[in-house]
Amino acid sequence: MAEVLVYVDHVDGAVRKPTLELLTLARRIGEPVAVALGGGAADTAGVLAEHGAVKVLTHDASEYAEYLVVPKVDALQAAVEAVSPAAVLVSSSTEGKEIAARLALRIGSGIITDAVDLEAGDEGPVATQSVFAASYSTKSRVTKGTPVITVKPNSAAVEPAPAAGAVEQLSVSFSEQATGTRITGRTARESTGRPELTEAAIVVSGGRGVNGAENFALIEALADSLGAAVGASRAAVDAGWYPHTQQVGQTGKSVSPQLYIANGISGAIQHRAGMQTSKTIVAVNKDAEAPIFDLVDYGVVGDLFEVVPQLTEEIKTRKG
Amino acid sequence: MSLRIVVTVKYVPDATGDRHFAEDLTVDRDDVDGLLSELDEYAVEQALQISENSDDDVEITVLTVGPEDAKDALRKALSMGADKAVHIEDDDLHGTDAIGTSLVLAKAIEKAGYDLVISGMSSTDGSMGVVPALLAERLGVPQVTLLSEVSVEDGTVKGRRDGDAASEQLEAALPAVVSVTDQSGEARYPSFKGIMAAKKKPVQSWDLSDLDIDADEVGLENAWTKVDSAAERPARTAGTIVKDEGEGGRQLAEFLASQKFI
Repeated sequence: MAEVLVYVDHVDGAVRKPTLELLTLARRIGEPVAVALGGGAADTAGVLAEHGAVKVLTHDASEYAEYLVVPKVDALQAAVEAVSPAAVLVSSSTEGKEIAARLALRIGSGIITDAVDLEAGDEGPVATQSVFAASYSTKSRVTKGTPVITVKPNSAAVEPAPAAGAVEQLSVSFSEQATGTRITGRTARESTGRPELTEAAIVVSGGRGVNGAENFALIEALADSLGAAVGASRAAVDAGWYPHTQQVGQTGKSVSPQLYIANGISGAIQHRAGMQTSKTIVAVNKDAEAPIFDLVDYGVVGDLFEVVPQLTEEIKTRKG
Repeated sequence: MSLRIVVTVKYVPDATGDRHFAEDLTVDRDDVDGLLSELDEYAVEQALQISENSDDDVEITVLTVGPEDAKDALRKALSMGADKAVHIEDDDLHGTDAIGTSLVLAKAIEKAGYDLVISGMSSTDGSMGVVPALLAERLGVPQVTLLSEVSVEDGTVKGRRDGDAASEQLEAALPAVVSVTDQSGEARYPSFKGIMAAKKKPVQSWDLSDLDIDADEVGLENAWTKVDSAAERPARTAGTIVKDEGEGGRQLAEFLASQKFI
């Protein structure tokens, strides 16, 4: 059976959820072989094996943390040359897409980004993409070389599928370009204790109607009652009420959770582009004409300052 | 000292229009009004700011690949303050994918001459966000991408890249490829004076032969990926909408419970 390379997104050995989703998709095409780089790479093997990795290729070097993107491209290229895979899968993070693109160019292969589904096909893997602010769905293939495909978080379920997960050292020699862009400082983001926006099963967002940074406490309280991530519309971010890292929409994150709760968000195309593929959408907005209501499974026309606290209380009561 | 900045820009269908596909499954660029991709305005803005903050002699060239109408995007960038423009147009370019586009841009950037390339974080139509990385790979120069802050001093470009897990300070020697995000600073509006001045600024036109690119390296037939089908997403079925009369929050909770979210 053909092998499929899966690039592992991890933080000091803790594998991020989208990588486990990639393993689910990789198993539809062939046998997953994971590539884990940098500090803690070997620690990823256990969880990767539980989710279907037959092999885990690891390599650690200081270059991965000290220089931007290119050392990882060098390593992934070495893995492609060692394995001759049927496809290479990478999570659609900003860095993931950059790594995938440079790899594709180097190995003379086509690239598809932001797939939301992947299946085996007669002429190689078929990727589904959601385009034009999710108003269209396309099916595409790579027609040259080894398909390099990046997949958006929440595109597949995480499934246990125990496999050998044999750890092997990957041999990597860095290119001249590897040390071109130095990372001279790194400030870790303060943890909010909430799930990662793009990975969360539930996202609670606030927009212009929240009317002030201090009022986001209401949105956060609702999110916490559901164990959800907090998002914000561009209007709220531009107004300085919430950090840009949490922006949902065209120029922010694109999310596809099981449940999306939009509060005080009108639903401009900018915003819809980032949330329209959510499974269930609900909204609270005082304007009955707001375009967000065209998308919802359930909507409440009303003042979010009344509705949201009542909703939060009711959820807490029901959860006991 | 002089500093040659090349800003790559894209002419895209207006996202607020009714965007769709042409029969050959390329983006239909005829039926919807086009404009300079909003995210590229930030790249033009940062080029202008680098120029304004520099003691060097800075020359800003804006570059685009696209049909005749794409000149509108160049004109907008020139009216914001860029010095000159290059328009790459060739019938054989229709349907070129990101890998092919990066080839055309890289050849044109080399032909134009550069110390610094500045791009937006992604286009607003294809929105792959991979062209800056591809340009760095093709040009063999450092990639300093997705910056929310950028500065150039003594032949070095520095910037801040805000990732999900951390904010990173980056540094590279010129020549380099930079991309900037929408957090890098509001783009200026062209002034009346700028709009008038732009009319006199030079716009060069190049085709594939000017760039020594063969027709079989680009275009829809030679793309390394193929779109097999495109289907309009079915409209979401109309949901239940209630007016809050004091029970809205509890009604919503009831709905969430019925869907097993609580």
